[in-house]
Amino acid sequence: MNAIEVINVHKSYEEVEAVRGVHFQVKQGELFGLIGPDGAGKTTLMRAICTLLNPDQGRILVQGMDTQKEIAAIRSILGYMPQQFSLYQDLSVEQNLRFFADLFQVSAEERQRRMEQLYRFSRLGPFKKRPAGALSGGMKQKLALSCALIHTPQVLVLDEPTYGVDPVSRSEFWEILQNIRRDGTTILVSTAYMDEADLCDRVALMHLGKVITLDSPANLKKNFKYPLYRIRGKDLRTLQKFFQQLSVVNTTQLFGDALHVTFREEPQESDWNRWQQQSEGNLQQWEPQQPSIEDVFLSHMS
Amino acid sequence: MKERNISVKTNGLTRRFGNFTAVDGVSIEVYEQEIFGFLGANGAGKTTLIRMLCGLLLPTEGEAYVAGYDVYREVEQIKRHIGYMSQRFSLYNDLTPSENIEFYGGIYGLTDEEIKHRKQELLSQVGLEEYADKLTRELPLGFKQRLALGCALLHNPPIVFLDEPTSGVDPEARREFWDLIHRTAAQGKTVFVTTHFMEEAEYCHRVMMMQEGKVIALDTPGRLKERYQKSTMQEVFVALEKTVREQNRKDKAV
Repeated sequence: MNAIEVINVHKSYEEVEAVRGVHFQVKQGELFGLIGPDGAGKTTLMRAICTLLNPDQGRILVQGMDTQKEIAAIRSILGYMPQQFSLYQDLSVEQNLRFFADLFQVSAEERQRRMEQLYRFSRLGPFKKRPAGALSGGMKQKLALSCALIHTPQVLVLDEPTYGVDPVSRSEFWEILQNIRRDGTTILVSTAYMDEADLCDRVALMHLGKVITLDSPANLKKNFKYPLYRIRGKDLRTLQKFFQQLSVVNTTQLFGDALHVTFREEPQESDWNRWQQQSEGNLQQWEPQQPSIEDVFLSHMS
Repeated sequence: MKERNISVKTNGLTRRFGNFTAVDGVSIEVYEQEIFGFLGANGAGKTTLIRMLCGLLLPTEGEAYVAGYDVYREVEQIKRHIGYMSQRFSLYNDLTPSENIEFYGGIYGLTDEEIKHRKQELLSQVGLEEYADKLTRELPLGFKQRLALGCALLHNPPIVFLDEPTSGVDPEARREFWDLIHRTAAQGKTVFVTTHFMEEAEYCHRVMMMQEGKVIALDTPGRLKERYQKSTMQEVFVALEKTVREQNRKDKAV
């Protein structure tokens, strides 16, 4: 049995077709990533999986149970962290956890055991008396995650859990996710950070309400269609314009201090030399580049 | 080298909340037309610093001049010379982009004629002409962010502060937003920007990294990478953050 089974799901809001025939499965114990531009339908789909809205068409099964029929049973085995997770700002870390434990009817004994565990891996133990409102952004996200985990769910759904979180806290957050997964929990997570997508077992890229590609990060990168080069120069933005107007160039994207350029056909040494001259020495370095998930994402958008 | 005009200058700028020091003795000089990045972990003091420079929060100590105006005594002047886009930008979802611009134009005290003129200019600048009359709530996040920047630029301020403008935005929309930032700077504006995307730090002319209210590094991305012998700003950030955290742990242990 798959942990999540999304079967030809459609959902519209008034005139907007948010989800237009989505079909995929998340396996038991899988860490599954959802990426896509804003408005792709990720949040709508996640809410439907969490029994919070009904699809217009199609079905969703969570651990074999229908999200439109077995709502209570699904909620008892599911943890959900929405984009705007409501922590009680005036309550302490500990009180927030207790509140969510009560909400999910976790027994006192189980609660104690689970809280100790959650403090350990979230490293929130030393802050248990601090009001949630006084935590830093990264710590708030960890507390929100802990609250979603208090009832030891079999399936965890996280909607952009690292929104606005700094790089170090983000990597700590993902270490926690990897640990939870090791315990057997299935995780479905959406993110705008492509380095996070790379840490998933499989990734679905959604666009305009549909899944346009779905595979492991390694396969997504392997199946990248075009020759990709990493290019550096004196003035990248001018260099980008230069490459954009070449007919052999497919796309150009800024990647930090370099350009990633995809070509319709493999450029030759003579091409590079000519371009170096034509750009008046602006072009300084070029080398073949292994595509990242971000390259994959951008290639599907253009 | 060409003489560069200073746009923002601070000296020992400090802000305390009770016994917590959010910003601790920050001294910086930022030049006109510069894209100046603020980096740091959550809670490092970036937003507090921006709020002081925008005249929204009084410092506890130290000096700061924004466009030549004193943050203690010339707050009204400062507000006229800066644009501010907050983390939760305040657009009216029930209004169209066109109406949002008119509304902010009114707040900034522009005349009807000026608003009409600026509106066209801004909508084309941020690439939202086709969406001028849709409801703002129906726009994708990336579009809203561009509109929010447009509203912050409405009164044509020489300095803009952007607080995490690209959080939650997908890779493509982030690049479009950064194109817009570069065009804005090229028009002569000074841009302050905070971000958690370290590849975006590479797009800044200079970046400053804060930790626990203090400036722990300030230079061009190229020189920072050289100094710490890292190939990306992500690695510089992680290395700096870890070193300083370790140091603090030792200090506290002593």
